[in-house]
Amino acid sequence: MIAVGASFGAVAIAAGLPIWATLTMSAVLYAGGAQFMAVGLVAAGSPLAAVLAGLLLNARHLPFGLALGDSLGPRLRHRLLGSHLLTDETTAFTLARPAGEARRRAFWLAGTLLFVAWNAGTLLGVLAGGTVGDPAALGLDAAFPAGLIALLLPSLRDRDTRHAALSGAALAVAATPVLPAGLPVLLALAGPAAIAVRRRSAPRGGARPALPTRVGAEHTGEGSC
Amino acid sequence: MLIAVILALAAGTYGFRVAGVLLRDRLDLPEWSRRLLPVGAAALLAALAATAALTEAGRFAGWARPAGVLVGVLLAWRRVPFVLVVIGAAGTTAVLRLLGVP
Repeated sequence: MIAVGASFGAVAIAAGLPIWATLTMSAVLYAGGAQFMAVGLVAAGSPLAAVLAGLLLNARHLPFGLALGDSLGPRLRHRLLGSHLLTDETTAFTLARPAGEARRRAFWLAGTLLFVAWNAGTLLGVLAGGTVGDPAALGLDAAFPAGLIALLLPSLRDRDTRHAALSGAALAVAATPVLPAGLPVLLALAGPAAIAVRRRSAPRGGARPALPTRVGAEHTGEGSC
Repeated sequence: MLIAVILALAAGTYGFRVAGVLLRDRLDLPEWSRRLLPVGAAALLAALAATAALTEAGRFAGWARPAGVLVGVLLAWRRVPFVLVVIGAAGTTAVLRLLGVP
């Protein structure tokens, strides 16, 4: 994270972003992908696109928040402050722990460390400017997906999770050439959403209990198909 | 104008983050959907990892990066400590690029 933060700082300065803007972005936006994207689009002269694309990219944090919700702590201020620390890495690290106190500690530990590392890294990158090595030459782009998968591996032992993860990954990769950044990843929710809809129409889980309600609906004769 | 872009992005992103966290309290979710939420998060993270491993700006990222990620996954599979997984992945990709693999 320090290294990626440093490469963000260096890239932003190289793209002509002022120092204060680079540091502010890491502190108040605190979302790596959106930051790199915003620097690129602002430098290309399309600030509105930077905002829209960044928000699209970050929409995934809403389901992350839903999944982690009660791992942040009991009080409102825990939740308001903790929300800012929510990232892909924190989510993966936290969900890899068993629910309860262990998960809450994991969230705050990972969240705080990553926030400090990201901002310290940005500062280092800004100070070092062009002398920070090329992140591609260091293979840093392989570190992020490898780390995410390592954190996900234990939860993939569960069959439903494994199916959802593999189909979501395949769907997102297939859609990447044709959809704007951010949307393909959100497509991964289609699988779990389909399960949710199916369970909803058959609340007791089986196909049979759903029958009576459907018959009832037909009897009232209100459905116009 | 730059400050407006940063603040709009920051406010919107925080909005997404806090909305999920606070909605979790407000919605009285049935048990099965509570179990589905981590599944959904895992699917998102897997999609993120797969697209980050294989694609760059909507196109194939070249062989060096997915090869490094694969080494990382194999190391994680063998229960090697997390730090070594990350170093193994980055190191493999770096060496492959040094050898001229795109």
